[in-house]
Amino acid sequence: MTPLPDGLIVVAKRDCPTCQLVEPLLADIERQAGPLTVYSQDDPAFAAGVRGAQYDSTLEHSFRLKTEFVPTLIRVENGEEVERTYGWHREDWQRLTGIQGLGDDLPVMRPGCGSKTLEPGFAEKLELQFGDTHLHAREIETDADDLIEACYERGWSDGLPVVPPTPERVLRMLRGTDRDPAEEIGLVPPDLAPCTVEKVAINAVMAGCKPEYMPVVLAALEAALTEEFGLHGLLCTTMFAGPMIIVNGPVAKSIGMNSGGNALGQGNRANATIGRALQLIVRNVGGGRPGEIDRATLGTPGKYTFCFAEAEDSEWLPLAEERGVPSGNSAVTLFAGEGVQGIVDQKSRTPESLAKSFALALRAVDHPKMAMAGDAVLVVSPEHSRVFIEAGWTKARLLEELEQLLQFPGEEMVAGAGGIAEGLPEQYRDKTIPKFRPGGLLIVRAGGTAGLFSAVIAGWAASGPVGSSPVTREVKV
Amino acid sequence: MTQTSVMLDPTGELSPAVRARLARPESLAGKTVGLLDISKPRGDVFLDRIEERLTEMEVTVKRYRKPTFTRVAPTELKQQIAGEVDLVVEGLAD
Repeated sequence: MTPLPDGLIVVAKRDCPTCQLVEPLLADIERQAGPLTVYSQDDPAFAAGVRGAQYDSTLEHSFRLKTEFVPTLIRVENGEEVERTYGWHREDWQRLTGIQGLGDDLPVMRPGCGSKTLEPGFAEKLELQFGDTHLHAREIETDADDLIEACYERGWSDGLPVVPPTPERVLRMLRGTDRDPAEEIGLVPPDLAPCTVEKVAINAVMAGCKPEYMPVVLAALEAALTEEFGLHGLLCTTMFAGPMIIVNGPVAKSIGMNSGGNALGQGNRANATIGRALQLIVRNVGGGRPGEIDRATLGTPGKYTFCFAEAEDSEWLPLAEERGVPSGNSAVTLFAGEGVQGIVDQKSRTPESLAKSFALALRAVDHPKMAMAGDAVLVVSPEHSRVFIEAGWTKARLLEELEQLLQFPGEEMVAGAGGIAEGLPEQYRDKTIPKFRPGGLLIVRAGGTAGLFSAVIAGWAASGPVGSSPVTREVKV
Repeated sequence: MTQTSVMLDPTGELSPAVRARLARPESLAGKTVGLLDISKPRGDVFLDRIEERLTEMEVTVKRYRKPTFTRVAPTELKQQIAGEVDLVVEGLAD
């Protein structure tokens, strides 16, 4: 970069009436106030009589001078900027140029216009060309007239259209985090390919994320890449599950996530695209694709995207807090989730009755005769949670009661019992069997305010140390 | 007019940026080969000879024809070919 020219600098554009107002003064300024450089953003003929006039066709000078408005007048001494003013303020222009009486016949003040460098689409292009942000991902050149189709052809899509990851869009996405684009988050299975913040941003663009979702996507990926979560096994399994994200804390509201009506369904951009971004990272960075390493027999629609926020209630401890995140902080909890099984109970008005309904429904996880295989998330709707809260049951109390209710005599559970070959080994016949391993049942509150319905989200049948355990990570905003 | 666009690679960059052609089969034994006549004059002469040679090698041959060389093949025809053969030989010129 060339050092700043000493003297005065004016950045202007023909399109701006205030720049046209000051244009006749520029020759006088050059004559009376010494060296003057004029950068015109749009017209090579602007200030044609001034020796130091230049057409800033690439806008490089305007960008490097961090020009926000035109006209901008800057005084430079010994290569350093000492003062600048925007628009036309007669007093300022007279002081900066040292010319008494400059523009005395002009109005005292006229506001300027926006610099061309800040017009939509320009800022990112200029930053990529002349700025300090350096992207490292390989550039893929294509002559395709439809970039969405080009993404499909390259196998980058989960089946739905993706937003083409142009450098400008990726740069905008990176503005959503302070983290260095080159920072490595971890190795994504199955290829164990290193995933940088930049690769996360590329896939977040494709998923349709807004930049402000980046901290949540990054936390979700960090959680997914932990040893305990066991992403490799999860994505290889013939079973149904995929990574599901539960968001807690203030970030859920600030990025507009849905924890209310249809929280587990479609229609909210943050819910939809954060979950999808994680799955696209698995697909594209990790190389985990169905039919290849992903051997799911049936899969689940949640493998497109599965992400929602908890409808936190002051009476019930939020999931992240239960799992050790300080109150007021945001966090994601990753869970290897299958599908959503509804629990319809419109008649229970006591916590005892409703807990028994929940236990009956939870018994069906994996198979009613299997135990300590899959974890489960119980999603309690506001109307159902009210039954417990009004009776003074905390979330922890409900969990305890459910653990009691979910103990079954081994003789019902062993293979062959009830005329069903599936079941536990014979050695459990005389034992009492808990349905879930310790810590294997999570409770969250979500959903619309009308409806006495809750839901079971079954976990992967290989839950726990053998496969996948739920993992909570704070979101660094 | 086509314009070159740039996208940033979302993958782990473990395979070449320029996509490789599908691997050629090691042998034609047991394969079914489709011969697509694009309806250019005398394309059939070339394809008849290919069919003769393949049949001598005991390769199963199926013949297809585009309605006109001026248009891309109709979707039904492409789907039919994809469903019936392992490989396709396409005559591209006079």
